Amino acid sequence: MTVTSARPQDRVDSTPAAPAGGGKVYTPYSFWFYLPTAVLYSVLFLVPTFASFYYSLTRWSLFESKFIGFDNFVTFFQEPALVKGFTNTLIYAVVTSGSKVVLGLLLAVLLTSRIVGRGYLRSVVFFPVLVSTVGVGLLFQVLMNPERGIINGALGVLGIQGPGWLTDPKWALMSIAAVDVWKGVGLATLIYIAGIVSIPREYMEAARVDGAGSWESFRRIVLPLCKPATVTVIILSLIGGLRSFELIWAMTRGGPGFTSDVISSVIYKQYQAGFYGLSTAGNVILFVVVTAIILPLSWFLNRKEVDM
Amino acid sequence: MRFRPGASGLALLAVCSLTLAACSAGSLGSSDDAGGSGAVEITYLTTNQDQDVKEAEQLAKDFHAKNSNITVKVETRPGGTEGDNIIKTRLSTGDMVDVFNYNTGSLFNAIAPQKNLLSVNDEPWVANLDDNFKKTVTADGQVYGAPVGGFMGGAVLYSIPVYEKLGLKVPTTWAEFMANNAKIKAGGGGVAPVIQTYGETWTSQLFVLGDFHNVSAAEPDFADKYTKNQAKYATSPAALKGFEHTQAVHDAGYENKDFASAKLPDGLKMLATGKGAHYPILSGVVANMIATYPDAAKTVGLFALPGDDASKNGLTLWTPGGLYIPKTTEGDKLDAAKKFLAFVASPDGCASQTKAGAPTGPYAVKGCTLGNDVPRAIKDMQPYLDKPGASSLALEFLSPVKGPSLEQITVEVGSGIRKAKDGAARYDEDVKKQAQQLGLAGW
Repeated sequence: MTVTSARPQDRVDSTPAAPAGGGKVYTPYSFWFYLPTAVLYSVLFLVPTFASFYYSLTRWSLFESKFIGFDNFVTFFQEPALVKGFTNTLIYAVVTSGSKVVLGLLLAVLLTSRIVGRGYLRSVVFFPVLVSTVGVGLLFQVLMNPERGIINGALGVLGIQGPGWLTDPKWALMSIAAVDVWKGVGLATLIYIAGIVSIPREYMEAARVDGAGSWESFRRIVLPLCKPATVTVIILSLIGGLRSFELIWAMTRGGPGFTSDVISSVIYKQYQAGFYGLSTAGNVILFVVVTAIILPLSWFLNRKEVDM
Repeated sequence: MRFRPGASGLALLAVCSLTLAACSAGSLGSSDDAGGSGAVEITYLTTNQDQDVKEAEQLAKDFHAKNSNITVKVETRPGGTEGDNIIKTRLSTGDMVDVFNYNTGSLFNAIAPQKNLLSVNDEPWVANLDDNFKKTVTADGQVYGAPVGGFMGGAVLYSIPVYEKLGLKVPTTWAEFMANNAKIKAGGGGVAPVIQTYGETWTSQLFVLGDFHNVSAAEPDFADKYTKNQAKYATSPAALKGFEHTQAVHDAGYENKDFASAKLPDGLKMLATGKGAHYPILSGVVANMIATYPDAAKTVGLFALPGDDASKNGLTLWTPGGLYIPKTTEGDKLDAAKKFLAFVASPDGCASQTKAGAPTGPYAVKGCTLGNDVPRAIKDMQPYLDKPGASSLALEFLSPVKGPSLEQITVEVGSGIRKAKDGAARYDEDVKKQAQQLGLAGW
């Protein structure tokens, strides 16, 4: 009797939220049950991660490695392309993420309203997300050709001399960002549509009874209640922007010169050149930077959500 | 811990299927021709450039005609840095094909030949190789490669009709070259004095790399000092010239209008159709140009990049590519691969390559001739080679130090994004990484 009555209490004490100090933690699974995944996890994720921390401190080739301390990091930060790549990455991430939030929200409002062919229009917005990034990049490279491209051709008909979208250093990064937004806005729209649809109709009706116009109900109801969607969109597109690579590589390879280089393309070039230690160091830096930006941001955005 | 029979059975199955797969892949060649005694198939990896593929297939065909029991299968890889990666990865994972085509000089040194490649030092054909070429496939006194393709010149291809129309003379100094450009621009007709094609970045480097004969004429020990970290592009007046020329052409507005986005085929088209007058490029592109524009065999000529001193003007040369056998090739395949190399490095091999398309320049094998109907541009290389001291190897064959970012830097300098001096200094920083990665002394 004592034994059986003691057990349920044990179970309550050892919920995951409050593990008992020194006592045995109750888990529904035995140690052996975890082992396969633990092995897989360490072989595929833990070991490479720590190995890369070590190799970033060496100069290695595929055949041998030599420990050189923090030299790689010093070289990496002296690399002129890196400073450029660094600022470009931040600009690119902020611009694409910001545009996706604004455009995604506006498109979502449009596509949740009662318009003709709503389902079709929704899928059209989402289509570019499904297409291969490299394919999109190569396509736009042709469209944006300054002399023979269709974009400048169309502008020429209107009497406007279009810039060298991908060949002018002032435009290159922004042109790629625009394509990135075109390709990625569908996902943001989708998330926003889900957010807007989940707002109870009663709120809107009550607002209308109180005499709120469309702008007021958008600002006071849709915008605040879409906050979880906004947080998701910002975090996803910011991470996507910080580690963007395929589109940039397909469209300009970081060019002309180094003007549209981002951290990932700088790292890739070091790998290509065979500077493996240097590029490993670059990856460690990218990891730290992404963590340093996303962790506080996600904490900040999620805290706001709870407050509300 | 005890193994349950089920688990060990599974493991056994996995191991078995692995070995099975390995066996069947290895023995495919011989099991196909069970009747023919010792029929062998070897695989030859070359780049996916049109001309290279044609050449490789012609070689494979002619070789098979002479050695009916050996078949050569041609496989392709991308060129440039992407190709470098494939070569390095396949070598280091022991997954290399039986024979492969790769650069000589600094890139050859970067694949650790002593460790990965089979020395062919004792093969009889090695004695027939050109000394300049032999130097570029030698590591620690051992020869590792056979030449495939001809020498290439890094030079200026020019449109002969444009020159004739304006009554111009082939320049031997930079001042004459720029004077010609001024006349071409003034001559009108929309002819671009200098063709640049930065849409394909490697084509931007010729003013720098092709100028090396002039650098070594002015500073004979530049290559040695450069390897030892004692000479720099930014601080050597002769070496800096290449960057300055790249900038000068842009500053004077001599480039074609679409220089930033044009690609190699666009440049060749401009040259062949007389829409552009000068194109600093490797003579290796001539065969491609003639395949598309047959008239260009007569209307396009070649001259070495002009320097300061007309009397020292000469041609910068790229050696042919190398054919290498990795250490992983064994048994019958190894014998077949050795025979293939011997064939390629023989007059028969040269003839086979000439059959596949216009040669890029003279061959590196003694006894090989170019044939009679070589294009004008290739013929124009011969006087430089015949005259002593009028040609030298490009820097990348004399020093292992070559930075990976030169093409981006020259694009910047030639597009007016960066000044010549700054670009040269940046390239000096770039090569430092390469030297350190190679573990050279003094860096």
